[in-house]
Amino acid sequence: MHKTLKTYAFQLGGVLCLSFAFCFLSTSYAVEITKPAQRIVSLLPSLTETVCALGACNRLVGVDRYSNWPESIAQVPRLGGGIDPNIESIVALKPDLVLMAGSARGVERLKSLGLAVITMEPKNYADVQIALGVVAKALGVPAKDSDRVWRDINAQVEEVSKSVPQYAKAQRVYFEVSPVPFGAGESSFIGETLQRLGAKNILTTSMGIFPQVSPEFVVRAQPDIIMVGDSNVSDMQARPGWTNLRAMRTGRVCTFTPKESDVLVRPGPRMVEAARLMSQCLVEKSVAQAKQNP
Amino acid sequence: MNLNKSNHWLFALKMLLLVAIGIGIGVSVGSSGLESLQNAWHDDVAWKIIWEIRLPRTLGAFAVGALLGLAGALAQGLFRNPLADPYLLGSASGATLGVALALAFYGGNQFAPDAYIRVGLTGAAFAGALLAVVLTLLLARGVQHTMRLLLAGVIVGVVMGAMASLIALMRPDVLQNMQGFLLGSTAFIGWSACLVMVYVLLPCLCLAWFFGFAMDALSLGESTALSLGVPLRAMRIVIVLLVALATGAAVAQTGLIAFVGLAAPHLVRSIVLVKNGNLALLSALMGGLLLLLADILARSLIAPQELPVGVLTAVLGGGYLLWLMYRNQDQGGLR
Repeated sequence: MHKTLKTYAFQLGGVLCLSFAFCFLSTSYAVEITKPAQRIVSLLPSLTETVCALGACNRLVGVDRYSNWPESIAQVPRLGGGIDPNIESIVALKPDLVLMAGSARGVERLKSLGLAVITMEPKNYADVQIALGVVAKALGVPAKDSDRVWRDINAQVEEVSKSVPQYAKAQRVYFEVSPVPFGAGESSFIGETLQRLGAKNILTTSMGIFPQVSPEFVVRAQPDIIMVGDSNVSDMQARPGWTNLRAMRTGRVCTFTPKESDVLVRPGPRMVEAARLMSQCLVEKSVAQAKQNP
Repeated sequence: MNLNKSNHWLFALKMLLLVAIGIGIGVSVGSSGLESLQNAWHDDVAWKIIWEIRLPRTLGAFAVGALLGLAGALAQGLFRNPLADPYLLGSASGATLGVALALAFYGGNQFAPDAYIRVGLTGAAFAGALLAVVLTLLLARGVQHTMRLLLAGVIVGVVMGAMASLIALMRPDVLQNMQGFLLGSTAFIGWSACLVMVYVLLPCLCLAWFFGFAMDALSLGESTALSLGVPLRAMRIVIVLLVALATGAAVAQTGLIAFVGLAAPHLVRSIVLVKNGNLALLSALMGGLLLLLADILARSLIAPQELPVGVLTAVLGGGYLLWLMYRNQDQGGLR
């Protein structure tokens, strides 16, 4: 009896393997983008905003659950996030272009299903410029238009930085991105904006783009100004030694609403708005400082 | 033991029927609803959704569950401990570390070489799981001493888990992806992943069934087993390798999925009385069925969004085990 069972098992196995091998071979791989994309799925908020900045908002047929700008995309279907993109919903929308972060889950799966996938994860100004160019090309937007969008961003950030008065410059800033705590380093787009505004980042380039900092490091560095999302503030006060931080004691902490935080942490067309928020903070807190130490 | 043969054949048949129904439901439901099924014959995309997404995913969920159920039954038989789990030899932490390393080297790099994408995290997880088991075996100096093996497995698991956390902390861009791996999900299984798992599952099932007699003997105690002429050493090595292979293959395709491996053998034993060989086969069937049903729940509970199936099995499986322990308390704990 054993023998017959085993024979059956092997036969069944053989048939199964053959059928699976057939399916495996019939699976198609990555697709080239030949004509301008008309049905776009974007799974990263900054890329969603980039598509819209290039005037192709109406070509978005699906976005991730964190994309919330501009308001015109409010009715676009949500397809999960970076960890849990909904493969079936994405395919059902028949997109001819999927934009997503390289670190997101499901990149390979979507490619193997024959979708055109572009992965990008801008971390600094240069990346944002590249992303603009790549997306523009895929959308069929002329290069001169995407160049103009980029020049506008640059020029406006420059304008904001010129408007920062002298007394608000050379402030030493700590920008907290998330409460582990991770901060924004000099080489991140946030750090680059701060630098252009004349501020000094306590997290140097050598520490990484978004380094994890020990609470002690910040206490020793004694930043003049702290920038943080308002959901992290209570957590900050609980960290050992932080109540004695000069910036905390003298109220030189800028807290941003969730909406403002979205603007600040997304490397895309709204970096101008982000620069304005940061410069406002610098000016406000520097004036307060000037009043305290005349 | 009074074994009722027709009983467990009937049980297997019932489960196969349930699996068939489950596969049917799995192919029919999804975030785009039943309409894909209706349109499959004249709509390319609907066909693609059925044939290239739902079917491999459903069969894949079954295969992952079967691998974990099989590994669970083998681990419990080998360690003669009802709390033994397929992740016990450190394979889960090893796989996590493999994924963390792969991500740290290439993750977030938009220009990652093509080969990396092909081999991908799957290979890394698999290599990590195998490495962890080998390390456990080296630490335990072989497989003779079950207690040593158990302890070594726990230690390797803790150390490798800590190393993975360390990498995730030093490379914050990897963090999100790691989290994705820890939340096991069947959503990304394609035909190729399915194929890999079936290739692993079939020989594992045959070997497990074949070695069932040795585990029966072992359940009477080591000295009894030896006196019965069971080649304990060879058997232990084969079973440890089987557990590692089955767990590694499953974890590599889906990430960590809790409790299926622990719960499947218990469920089988609470329904029928079987010898170890058949227990392994039935546990595989039960594990597959459990994960198949969990997968269907995961994609329909909050449709059109999905729950990671690993979270669901942890909640349901954990709840079930607690109930089982509570119910069996006056009978001396878990069976």
